Amino acid sequence: MKWPAMGYARAKSLAELWSALDAHGSAGQIIAGGQTLLATLAFRLSEPSTLIDITGIPELRGISVQGGALRLGALTLHADLCCDPLVKAHAPLLAAAAPLIAHPAIRNRGTIGGSLAYADPAAELPACVIALDATVITVSAKGERRVPAAAFFTDLLQTALEPQEIIAAVEFPLTKRLGAIEEIARRSGDYAMAGLAATLHLEAGRVIKPRLVYFGVGKIPVLAAAAAKALEGRSLDTASISAVQAALAEDLDPPQDLHGPPEMKRHLARVLTERVLQGFLREKVQAA
Amino acid sequence: MNEITPASIGLSREDLPNSYIGRSVPRPNVPKLVQGRATYTDDVTLPRMLHAAFLRSPHAHAKFSAIDTARAKAVPGVFRVFTGHDLAKICDPWVATLDHLKGMKSAPQYPLPLNHATWQGEPIVAVVAESRAAAEDGVAALDIEFEALAAQTDMETALAAGTVVIHPELGDNLVFTRTAESGDVAAAFAAAHKVVEARFVTGRHTGVTLEPRSIIADYNPADETLTVYHSTQAPHMMQGVFAKQLRMKEGDVRVICKDVGGSFGIKVHVYPDEVAVAAMARIMGRPVKFVADRFESFVSDIHARDHRIKGRLAVDTEGRVLAFDIDDLTGIGPYSVYPRTSAIEGNQVVNLCGGPYDFKNYRCTTTVVLQNKTPTCQYRAVGHPIATAVTEGLMDLAAEALGMDPVELRRRNLIRDDAYPYTSPPGMRFEGLSHHASLNKLLEMVPLDRIRADQAEARQRGVYRGIGFASFIELTNPSPFMYGIGGARISAQDGCTVRMDPDGSIVASSGVTEQGQGTEAILAQIVAHGVGVPVNRVKIITGDTQTTPYGGGTWACRGAGIGGEAALQSAIALKQQILEVAGAMLQAAPETLDIAMGEITDKASGKPRMTLFELGRIVYFRGDTLPKDLQRELVQTRHFITKEYPFAFTNGIQASWVEVDPATGMVKLLEHWCVEDCGRVVNPMLVDEQVRGGIVQGIGGALYEHCVYDAEGNLLTTTLADYLVPMSAEMPEIHVGHVETPTRESLLGAKGAGEAGTAGAPAAIMNAINDALKPLNARVHEQPFTPERILRALGTIA
Ligand SMILES: Cc1cc2nc3c(=O)[nH]c(=O)nc-3n(C[C@H](O)[C@H](O)[C@H](O)COP(=O)(O)OP(=O)(O)OC[C@H]3O[C@@H](n4cnc5c(N)ncnc54)[C@H](O)[C@@H]3O)c2cc1C
Repeated sequence: MKWPAMGYARAKSLAELWSALDAHGSAGQIIAGGQTLLATLAFRLSEPSTLIDITGIPELRGISVQGGALRLGALTLHADLCCDPLVKAHAPLLAAAAPLIAHPAIRNRGTIGGSLAYADPAAELPACVIALDATVITVSAKGERRVPAAAFFTDLLQTALEPQEIIAAVEFPLTKRLGAIEEIARRSGDYAMAGLAATLHLEAGRVIKPRLVYFGVGKIPVLAAAAAKALEGRSLDTASISAVQAALAEDLDPPQDLHGPPEMKRHLARVLTERVLQGFLREKVQAA
Repeated sequence: MNEITPASIGLSREDLPNSYIGRSVPRPNVPKLVQGRATYTDDVTLPRMLHAAFLRSPHAHAKFSAIDTARAKAVPGVFRVFTGHDLAKICDPWVATLDHLKGMKSAPQYPLPLNHATWQGEPIVAVVAESRAAAEDGVAALDIEFEALAAQTDMETALAAGTVVIHPELGDNLVFTRTAESGDVAAAFAAAHKVVEARFVTGRHTGVTLEPRSIIADYNPADETLTVYHSTQAPHMMQGVFAKQLRMKEGDVRVICKDVGGSFGIKVHVYPDEVAVAAMARIMGRPVKFVADRFESFVSDIHARDHRIKGRLAVDTEGRVLAFDIDDLTGIGPYSVYPRTSAIEGNQVVNLCGGPYDFKNYRCTTTVVLQNKTPTCQYRAVGHPIATAVTEGLMDLAAEALGMDPVELRRRNLIRDDAYPYTSPPGMRFEGLSHHASLNKLLEMVPLDRIRADQAEARQRGVYRGIGFASFIELTNPSPFMYGIGGARISAQDGCTVRMDPDGSIVASSGVTEQGQGTEAILAQIVAHGVGVPVNRVKIITGDTQTTPYGGGTWACRGAGIGGEAALQSAIALKQQILEVAGAMLQAAPETLDIAMGEITDKASGKPRMTLFELGRIVYFRGDTLPKDLQRELVQTRHFITKEYPFAFTNGIQASWVEVDPATGMVKLLEHWCVEDCGRVVNPMLVDEQVRGGIVQGIGGALYEHCVYDAEGNLLTTTLADYLVPMSAEMPEIHVGHVETPTRESLLGAKGAGEAGTAGAPAAIMNAINDALKPLNARVHEQPFTPERILRALGTIA
């Protein structure tokens, strides 16, 4: 199908963005990398009157460490995540996630802001920001808001963003912790059938503050509370891993999709749990 | 049967490979394709051209009556709206049956249906506008009320009492059934040492050409001609179809086929939306363009391979095959597809099961039924991957039951290499195959001992790897026995005209067509070889019904075998004519002369005597200096058709080495091998890539590609995010080897090579997966072998 006829505006600053958004109201739509939006327009899923391009707004760019946090501008490309030295140093989980997202051509245009705003439940970055306990910095004409990542995703493809509000940046605390991401996808670059992004601390052999975030298994990325409880304070071993797997029954309520029934997603989530936690265990053994 | 024998042109068969034939000559059209300078149908823009878009049925089965077009016509840019009734006034419906498929029936199909929608995605109303976008706006503004009907979607219930009969006038949903039986099957099973059986499913999938179906039809009322630019495999066939349906003379229709971005069988059928485009152009006297988008392609390109097959195999204590007993059922959508019909795939299953093996007792039935889903028809390797999966799946089950090595079981049963000519139980005649030589060659390539050792070692670590084999036969170079005898105007012969221009360059026009597979490259090689000129002096013309000799185009693996032979014969004829003229000029007997690299030479010494440039100068500009009665027709045409055998069968064997993750059900392809025998290899690089590409499409069917429907007949896989095609990252290293058994029907000796990869790959992968899963007592026979199906087989999920 062909796109509906629509206008195009390029904002050079936040001020220009606010006036453009004001002028077009709800018929204006922000475009960043366009890697999701353009495909959905070609299906005529929505028919905005004007696309407002935010990629020329300098305030939304940049990777820096400031105020005790790693700050990624909303326009940070997936491709930047895999190789930026600050990302590698402070949020290696993002560097590990980047190669799992789509293909190089898409990673060269797709942005972290777009990925979080679109909130695909099978996407990697929404899960990672929750696992890393990040804060989503939003901005509108009214000013800035700081939304904890775990509260940002509200329902299928829904976020805490308000009308005419955008993601400006994401901030990650500079805490040292173990992190890993694993997913099971039919082909490399596909959205995962199921995935797990996890972080935790190991203190004297005990797990502290585990954050296990499952993606592709629900309407939003699932921060597994029962599983975390089953792991908190325990040493990482086959018994605790089994306990986490069992606890997932409480955390996950996956839908049926083209890849299989809910039961299959639950099973894959247990497999991922085992693989990710065993991976930490191996790191622990190697470190010792 | 050919007037010209190798001896008559001073060549032995052994000489042929010492020339362009048998060499990996680079394809002359590649720079154009990779530099983006090709001309696809969508690149063609004609003055006053309009664009068509279709309202497609949102229901699998529905009635409709009133169509309110007022709002659509008011949309800016919309020019006209056409319904089925509008087009029926000037365009006749077609019925896709073949006389030799006894008892076959199908309903008349209109370019746009009159009041009955029979699959989701069927074109119902057409809007033409100044742009495709405006036409789509028009489609969105159409008001049409559908009365949804219950849909017939499950092939297993298509013939049950009380089922939905899609076309009541046909009486039931049965399109065709055929049983081939020979020997005494019941007695063979009764006497068997072991009997194995299984239920196989091959998944409905489709061709996914990079360039979608595209057409521009232009009717010129001034000279009453229809010119159609068409992304098609068979321009001459389509010329006939457009003429017949639009009640025109065939000679008043010209089909031009520019560059084609892949076809795989998808573009050799008559599509209602394309005929509608021609009909609309005829009515309006203006060119109309239609290019299917990906969404439309998924719902309207033909699908294929929707089969459920129950098979049994009986073997004796020595592992000798006693009998195959096969029951095939296939759902083909609501219409048999014109003009090849949708019964051929099932018919091929009947013809091909058990094909590589020497045995006597055979029974195979195919039952072809209607469904409210996208119509199915011939797609690369028609029926072969199905028959091969059933045959080779049963062979592996038998090996297991016998406790015999699968390779050994095959060795004991493959038709001996000296047993030809040989007629198979369903009546296929084989001129010459090389199953044992191919198996031996494969075993030289596959490090089987290392693989078995690795497999055993990996299992200790809980890693499950498996190797699977699949022997196959492939039907190529079809004669009129495929379609012509059934009454279809589908040409099995093909022609080539070769001429020499004044500067000594050669132009050849051929009835076979280029789809991106390299047909033009091999034609250039063959012509260069036949005439004796450098290959870069040869230009090839294909894909124009007005300028190429009549031919069948590209289908069923015939470009090299049929089109290539016509090219060789016409090139040799031209060479002889050139030598006659040269003889007169040089006062030498033509037999003492030769042409090498564009120069007339003395045959004995190889000494250059005259350039073709000079010969051309004299013939075309100073003809007065030549003897009055000297023939100087530097243009020659030859046509070729096979006469002795209905088909030139080829054969081969594949092996697949995989790793299955029992925790996730994921299959990783580690390595793949194929040895095939397509007779004379004209261009090894192109043949290898045909085999590799074919294997990749076979891998698609085995692991990824699936047109998934819900119970109501809604297609769920309508984007490339949901319909998974094989991608390079997952593809294994593919090793290709050849055995050459040239056909004696032609001087060239080439058979088809395009479908071998697809024919054997799914079976080899299935057997490899099952070999890997053997210690876990799991088995899969239902394609595609998805993680879900493997996890179910393992009992991990219910
Ligand atoms: C073939 C293919 C495969 C893919 N595979 C994956 C995959 O495996 N995993 C994965 O995670 N993603 C995948 N993607 C999606 C890709 O990651 C996108 O880049 C990403 O989802 C959206 O980022 P974008 O910058 O392109 O956003 P756009 O497409 O420009 O916008 C997406 C949405 O977000 C809104 N938006 C964009 N930026 C902002 C902002 N700063 N503030 C508020 N709203 C904003 C837009 O208005 C729009 O609604 C795939 C895409 C394709 C085409």
